[in-house]
Amino acid sequence: MEQFLALIIAKYNYWLYVVLMMIGFYAMIGKRNLVKKLIGMNIFQTAIILLFVSAGVKHGGKIPILDKYEVLKHGVDATQIVNPLPHVLMLTAIVVSVSVTGVALAVLLRIYREYGTLEEDEILEKLGK
Amino acid sequence: MSTSNLHMYVLAVPLLTAFFVNLLGRISRRWVAPLVLGALTFASLASLCVLGKVLRHGSFSYTVGNWQPPYGIELLLDPLSALMLVLISVVALFASISAIQSVRQELPGQEHLFFTLYLILIAGLLGLVLTADAFNLYVLLEITSITTYGLIAMGKGRAPLASFNYIIMGSIGACFYLLGVGYLYLMTGSLNMADIAGILPTVDGTAAVATALAFILVGLWIKMAFFPLHGWLPNAYSLAPTGAGLLAAPLMTKVSIYLMVRVMFWLFSSDFLFLQNPLVSTLVVWAAAIAIVSASCLALAQRDLKRMLTYIIVAEVGYMVGGIWLANSAGMTGAILHIVNDALMTLCLFLAVAAIVYKLGSGEFDKLQGIYRRMPVTMAAFTVGAFSMIGIPPTAGFFSKWYLIQGGIEAGHWQYVIALLFSSLVNAVLFFRIIEIGYFFKDGEQHGHEKKEEAPLLMQAPLLISAVALIVVGLGSGPLVESIIKLALPAGF
Repeated sequence: MEQFLALIIAKYNYWLYVVLMMIGFYAMIGKRNLVKKLIGMNIFQTAIILLFVSAGVKHGGKIPILDKYEVLKHGVDATQIVNPLPHVLMLTAIVVSVSVTGVALAVLLRIYREYGTLEEDEILEKLGK
Repeated sequence: MSTSNLHMYVLAVPLLTAFFVNLLGRISRRWVAPLVLGALTFASLASLCVLGKVLRHGSFSYTVGNWQPPYGIELLLDPLSALMLVLISVVALFASISAIQSVRQELPGQEHLFFTLYLILIAGLLGLVLTADAFNLYVLLEITSITTYGLIAMGKGRAPLASFNYIIMGSIGACFYLLGVGYLYLMTGSLNMADIAGILPTVDGTAAVATALAFILVGLWIKMAFFPLHGWLPNAYSLAPTGAGLLAAPLMTKVSIYLMVRVMFWLFSSDFLFLQNPLVSTLVVWAAAIAIVSASCLALAQRDLKRMLTYIIVAEVGYMVGGIWLANSAGMTGAILHIVNDALMTLCLFLAVAAIVYKLGSGEFDKLQGIYRRMPVTMAAFTVGAFSMIGIPPTAGFFSKWYLIQGGIEAGHWQYVIALLFSSLVNAVLFFRIIEIGYFFKDGEQHGHEKKEEAPLLMQAPLLISAVALIVVGLGSGPLVESIIKLALPAGF
């Protein structure tokens, strides 16, 4: 048990992302309201974004903005600066997730106009008639 | 225009034209058709040149913006990706000739919006085929998905609901893929496929790497609608505007399968996949066999031509996934040949459906009575497509199925062989039922004087060309395999 707790504490960021991801996954699969599903999708995506960003953390690391002449003279000490790549990747992932959300909201708008509701059960009921 | 970066033009021309279609299409709808067809004709010709170049001088890689890999984004042109480039641009060209007519009828006044998304989707597919960077692949995957969501939502009635379902499922798939790439990045510190493949054998922590592979595969399986994960596809493709189905049905699933091949053999290695844990490949082949059988049975239950075809697509995905995981040369050859053939067969059948829907308003079986008298040309081409789906020689479908069955026997996976034969039989039942409805049943009232009412010539021409292409590719599959597909096989096969 103690070992298990130590494992959780040592890698607590990964455990957090797993918990967040499962919350999002549950909302996507389990919720009957279409907007809640969409929010679940956003939580899911955010969890992955946090995984990437937390992987880029370096304790005591400086921001990766370098002086060109300094670098040319002394080179880069990679242990001193935070790896910027995961953050840059996640900027792109955030853009993707925002655009998916935008498209999904537009589609939801059309569904609402068509059926007058966003509850999946009520929509299915209306379709059944 | 220098020829060394011709493939960049293949990618850039549809993307830039999408912008102009939107802009000029607002001024006058007459701009849309020439712009779309011009861009795709150019892309097709250029991609043929690229394929010729790759076959003559061997594969090469291209770094965008001269940022050297592994830091910059690398585009890889080998026989496999060049073949896919040709396939995508040519299929897109023929699909769009017919799509222009059907969009004009189904979505009057929205042609420019439809074709903006349509061209971005094509550019996304072309990019997916070219890229050799794992994260870039994720972005392009989402570009193709987002445009498809939009295209599907343009349909009538329940289409937005189908599109929303696809958004949820597709996002789960893309997120799983991204998660897998994240694990690989944590393990190797790189995103370039070749670079990761080089570093992976030196990394210990096979559990994390195997998890990464599992996440990536499940993500791609959702995107390609591999059987238990296929739920979104039939509704999405059958409720979408016919023009969107024309493009998405032949290409989306096939490109996802191409991506699976890329990831399996360029990112990981066949040693890692098949030798470390042979149980996994057996399980996947079993899953493929079950997928083929179940999807074929579901197809039997449909009462609408479009919906029936969407279930056949799901079954065909099972063919190719199984063929790849057989892990032998015949299976791999069959799977890659089947990517080409299946794209052409699906194109041919969907073009026929587009022509039928154009004339009849829908593809319900009840409406198809006497269709052979009314639309003889369309139905002749449809029959060729159907024969190819069933696998009757000399159509293309027979030859790839032959390779797949051969591979299945070699690998000793009899369940897969039986599933293939079962699916051929079911396909025969499915299509002969339509032929029976269309040919032998008589319309009580119109008996004796059914008028011929074919779809416009511009919808028939691509249909006939695709039907002829099925026979030509079928007869030429020997040289095709020898000169291109043998070169396109992953290392070690």
